[in-house]
Amino acid sequence: MRDLKFHPCGNYRESYREELTVFETDFGRLWMALGLAVLFGVVPWTTSPYMLYVINTIGIMAIAAIGLNILIGSTGLISLGHGAFFGVGAYAAGVLASSWNVPIYLAVPAAGIITALTGMIFGIPSGRLKGLYLAIATLAGQFIIEYVLVHWEDVTQGTMGITLPDPSIIGVSLRGDRPFFFVIFIVLAAMTWMAVNIMRTRFGRAFVAIRDNDRAAEGMGIPVFPYKLLSFGISSFYAGIAGAIWAFYMISITAEPFTMMMSVEFIAMVIIGGLGSISGSILGAVFITMLNETLRWVTDILMNAGGLAGLELTLAPLRELAFGLAIVLFILFEPKGLAEIWRVVRSSFRLWPFSY
Amino acid sequence: MDFFLQLLVNGICIGFLYGISAMGFVMIFKSSSVVNFAHGELLAAGAFLFLALVTWANLPVPAAFLLTLAGTFILGFVIERLFLRPLIGEPLIEVVMLTIGLASILKGAMLLIWGGNLHNYPDFLPEGLGLHFGAVSIPPVYTTSILISILFLLLFGLFFKFSSQGIYMRSVADNQTAALSLGVHVKKVFALSWAIAALVAGMSGIVLGIINGINVHELSAIGLKVFPVVILGGLDSIGGAIIGGLIIGLLETFTGGYISTSLRDVIPYVALVVILLIRPYGLFGLVEIERV
Repeated sequence: MRDLKFHPCGNYRESYREELTVFETDFGRLWMALGLAVLFGVVPWTTSPYMLYVINTIGIMAIAAIGLNILIGSTGLISLGHGAFFGVGAYAAGVLASSWNVPIYLAVPAAGIITALTGMIFGIPSGRLKGLYLAIATLAGQFIIEYVLVHWEDVTQGTMGITLPDPSIIGVSLRGDRPFFFVIFIVLAAMTWMAVNIMRTRFGRAFVAIRDNDRAAEGMGIPVFPYKLLSFGISSFYAGIAGAIWAFYMISITAEPFTMMMSVEFIAMVIIGGLGSISGSILGAVFITMLNETLRWVTDILMNAGGLAGLELTLAPLRELAFGLAIVLFILFEPKGLAEIWRVVRSSFRLWPFSY
Repeated sequence: MDFFLQLLVNGICIGFLYGISAMGFVMIFKSSSVVNFAHGELLAAGAFLFLALVTWANLPVPAAFLLTLAGTFILGFVIERLFLRPLIGEPLIEVVMLTIGLASILKGAMLLIWGGNLHNYPDFLPEGLGLHFGAVSIPPVYTTSILISILFLLLFGLFFKFSSQGIYMRSVADNQTAALSLGVHVKKVFALSWAIAALVAGMSGIVLGIINGINVHELSAIGLKVFPVVILGGLDSIGGAIIGGLIIGLLETFTGGYISTSLRDVIPYVALVVILLIRPYGLFGLVEIERV
């Protein structure tokens, strides 16, 4: 057995291969194995149904947030239509499952691919231009997709929505929070693994090069337009997968939740989690979902408190305000997000008591 | 034929409104190249400030109008000072995200204070301003809005052409480093352009509020409709904003009149995608666009 790797006291890397390792130390590997064991072995069996629902939501949002982070954080393009692409994935899965009885394990990837293709259509006009234009084109995408979801009644059944059949894998019915916990978190683990490894390949490096300086990237022989489109496709693919699982989890879907607000929510996750950090996107999803639930809880309490009954306090504006504040405060004070805070905390533990 | 003419007139009037709504946006982009996603909320802020002054404080309309302009001017100044100034020199993404966050904050705050319902101003426009040509009629609000927008267009044209501040703003828009080295106070220019843009936005918010009633959701949706307008007109051209506004306004009313009313709100975005495909720098924008 080879020697265990611990934190070196300096940078002793000798090859590019060492630079690319996912786990710096063997402790990282151990912690991840432990974390996964606790996640799958303890969490679904001990938490209340409500908490499990919240955790599941976090998992779904994290999948979509990782996708958006590849686009925003790593490639430096902004998408304002991620919520709509999430909706495309949900509807694709819904139509496949309800009209053609496609089983869940085929419907989810198919929905991902359909969403990726839809996303790339909106990426075409803007991929050749600066990142700013993609933001504007995806804004258009958001509105056009919302319109299509409501008005293409033959397929999406308009405002009626779609009800999905009970999903099952090899005869085992997946209904309820606990089976879905496993579906969601296995997919999340797989998608995280995929994202981490995309970033280690030449594709990931090309994305980062495009983000840092697109002209220099072009000069070094990276075909910028195909790579931008690819990055956008990957990001939409993640949104589609997340949307598809969400559709199966929610049973019935309408076009209502896939608004601009949802897109802003995803952007908030990426910003708050940390641009370009995959673990950050998961942290961001945790943060935003918890913020959502806390706000719901607070407004419930305030609504029930007698004195404020006359005050028409609703959830939506408060959420909007809190998200905006969170985005702005993070950009101004901790632009690298929760991932950076986590890193600082970790290294201060590691370096204690001699932090210099 | 009458229907066509009425649609034409309505389209032009709505187009002018889009045009003046887009003016403030273009101003910010021109001087500080910040794409302001909070523009609709600035429109709404002006409209609601005016509403508060007219109905709650019971001020006479001209006084309320002037106070609103002053208020939005200060609002723009404060926004630049608090949120945008720390980000000078940061990557574009962070600035864009910041304006998105800002939009959420302003929208949430306004929803908390005024709710999502439709509010209306009391009637104060004189009836005599309405025009009638045979079957085609132009309501007074439209004539007022066109008059106001032409007035502001002229004012800003003159401001940019002749006043020293306007020339500073143009110089910063043209080349920030060169302007800086020639002694232009770039930060002051940014602050001023945000303040003026917020003022213009507030003014157009009031006009929009007079016509459609004031609703946070609708006004912020118009703030996003600014994008097709400015992309069509050219991101950095104020005249282009007006022309783009007219084209989008006409496109919208004719689609609403002849095809379907539900398509009306989406057609500007379809146009936006098409424009980005064919002519991404717009009709009057600088052709020298950074292609990669």
